[in-house]
Amino acid sequence: MTVEHTYDAVVVGAGGAGLRAAIEASGQVRTAVISKLYPTRSHTGAAQGGMCAALGNVEEDSPEWHTFDTVKGGDYLVDQPAAEIMCREAVDAVIELEHWGLPFNRTPDGKIDQRRFGGHTRNHGEAPVKRACYAADRTGHMILQTLYQQCIKRDVRFFNEFCVVDMLVDGDRAAGVVAYELATGELHVFRSKAVLFATGGYGKMFKVSSNAHTLTGDGPAVCYRAGIPLQDMEFFQFHPTGIYKMGILISEAVRGEGGILLNGEGERFMERYAPTIKDLAPRDMVSRAIYQEVKEGRGVDGKDYVYLDVRHLDPEVIETKIPDVTEFARIYLGVEPTTEPVPIQPTAHYAMGGIPTDTDGRVVTGENERVIEGLYAAGECACVSVHGANRLGTNSLLDIMVFGKRGGRHMAEYAAGAAQPAVETGAEKAAAGDLQRLLSASGSENVADIRDRLQDTMFDLAGVVRTAQGLEKLQQELGALRERYGKAVVGDKGRMYNTDVMEAWELGALLDCADTLVAAALARDESRGGHFRDDHPLRDDASWLKHSLAYRQDGGVRLEYKPVKMGPYVPMERKY
Amino acid sequence: MAEGTVPLTIRIRRFNPEAGPDPWWDEFTVRMEPSDRVLDALHEVKWRHDGTLALRRSCAHGICGSDAMLINGTNALACKVLVKQVAPKVTVEPIRGLPVLKDLIVDMEPFFKGYEKMLPYLINDQDPGDRERRQSPEQREAFDDTTKCILCAACTTSCPIYWSDDAYVGPAAIVNAHRFIFDSRDEGARQRLDVLGEKSGVFRCRTTFNCTEACPRDIKVTKAIQEVKRAIMFDRL
Repeated sequence: MTVEHTYDAVVVGAGGAGLRAAIEASGQVRTAVISKLYPTRSHTGAAQGGMCAALGNVEEDSPEWHTFDTVKGGDYLVDQPAAEIMCREAVDAVIELEHWGLPFNRTPDGKIDQRRFGGHTRNHGEAPVKRACYAADRTGHMILQTLYQQCIKRDVRFFNEFCVVDMLVDGDRAAGVVAYELATGELHVFRSKAVLFATGGYGKMFKVSSNAHTLTGDGPAVCYRAGIPLQDMEFFQFHPTGIYKMGILISEAVRGEGGILLNGEGERFMERYAPTIKDLAPRDMVSRAIYQEVKEGRGVDGKDYVYLDVRHLDPEVIETKIPDVTEFARIYLGVEPTTEPVPIQPTAHYAMGGIPTDTDGRVVTGENERVIEGLYAAGECACVSVHGANRLGTNSLLDIMVFGKRGGRHMAEYAAGAAQPAVETGAEKAAAGDLQRLLSASGSENVADIRDRLQDTMFDLAGVVRTAQGLEKLQQELGALRERYGKAVVGDKGRMYNTDVMEAWELGALLDCADTLVAAALARDESRGGHFRDDHPLRDDASWLKHSLAYRQDGGVRLEYKPVKMGPYVPMERKY
Repeated sequence: MAEGTVPLTIRIRRFNPEAGPDPWWDEFTVRMEPSDRVLDALHEVKWRHDGTLALRRSCAHGICGSDAMLINGTNALACKVLVKQVAPKVTVEPIRGLPVLKDLIVDMEPFFKGYEKMLPYLINDQDPGDRERRQSPEQREAFDDTTKCILCAACTTSCPIYWSDDAYVGPAAIVNAHRFIFDSRDEGARQRLDVLGEKSGVFRCRTTFNCTEACPRDIKVTKAIQEVKRAIMFDRL
């Protein structure tokens, strides 16, 4: 049985970007938020360190300095007008959250306190600057809670534990989505004038990842299957300080508060790689430095990890400013950070690429950025592009607030003036067929085995350091995995809370995202930001100062490119 | 780093309305690293032994609040209990006091209804201007503990009053009321204290401390409830 709904606007995903968009749209037009989780389970809640904005509460600062850092941090692949908007609107975004009750840490005179973060500097790289507004080391948790609270206040309509599995179109327009209700196994058709995807990242394609199990690239995959390209997929951020083997994030705030990295010889190695800002260099550089130390035999005990050290910090600072990550080390490693260094390794953390949008969240396709009417995306699943080839710490929370709001606002304006698109009866049939195929398959393959293999090979061959040889091998491997996926069996044949079939569907989304990532990474024979090619270690602006667009094409991925939107900042060598 | 795996026997209380009206027990033995989480062991069961096992989880490190369950008789998050703490045998059941829908999945709607009853959002109708409201570090500290709540329901479903009294809002709702009542920027304390002063409100609490012991975020839940009680009795706000 299929249940039908009609809304003006549908938001897919209830993390920071989705909730912020919903707050903007819900008072204007009939809005529904569809989330495969309860909203407060979203991974925005796992963000720790802060949200940057040039408030200048503690030190002199300016939005222009923030913009420069963002562009340089993104290795000049950032669309500069978009970064300029984000950094300018950052100040209001933080103040808005405070007015909604977010419990920021405070300065002695009662203002929002600020601290240092990687790649954020004073006056174009002179020294680290205190720009990150924070609530201990649970800033993301407080943002998610605050946004959800505002949604309750506004009586926003949620469909919780509904997984969107397909998109509806009317000609060239978005016309709604199809969602699988976990509780009942029923498909729901949501007819809607506008759809905004805010489904987050796809870090679960990697073995060691800070991402939640549910971050499987659903929104990007649904769009990709509908013919929309995915932009800059080769750029994936590996955060330098994940808990060894588990990948759980240890915030950059730890280094912002004075923590340092040590190799197996006890050396503060970042002094060699980034003499000016040392341990607070951008994440791509720190992750590569760790890789290099390990490769040259200076990992701890010759293994593939190094230490994050806070033993020299005031215990008061540890307990009040980074309490949660300190607890993670105690629980998951059995390490006491006040007296022992913490074993860490780079962990797959953040997708810079995703569904291409303009600065109003409108999804755009092709080299000329044709707008797809009624279709929007925001947050990690989108690519504006404000992060370019490498995102600076804290800019993701900023991104979801600024572009969630802009996308939600534009969506509401559009939906208020648009007619309800036509949706044919039986629009859910394609999605129903996909799910039925998964449920009735009688092969011999196991979904978890295929996913394990995907995660292992992606982490090994498309991780911090890549080569043409490795990526070609990986492409073959992905082909083999897709074949196995066609024979995968789902053990649960029931209808209620069939999370087994859900996971099988999610694996399909991950495989699509992995295909685009590897194809774009293989093509880009240069090194830039989070994409490092050992066989092409230098940045090549003459050939590669451009965004990739990956289209689905029979049997593989077709790549196109479009120019980067430049601005006042001319690409220069990236030194810190 | 732990080397080598250990056997873990997991006893799970199952329920599937599509399979029959009664719950049952299943037992699986899996091999796990001692440093793995109980959640990892449940995944091992689901992924390689019985795909019908239903549970909620997302972040897997204790911040999303999805996987509260009864582990060896105590409420906890499956992603915050390690195999070495429970091996060689562990018993896992759904949290109590909320209707079980399938296996370890319970109906969270009554829980969130109780939360929403507390008007869980900042109430302040005055124009704050275009900069932040001021709040001293001391004022901020007064409600710091209760901002940590992740709405996992471990506290509420460990409370014997909540099990027996459908109307009681439960500890998590009171924790979230506390978060606003003691926020110097909030002006909605009166409205919330009226709700909490009702028969279904804070005075149902009998101070058994189950909630404080259950909280995976180490929130001093009982203390927060006592502070709310005092606020009502002495009308301090």
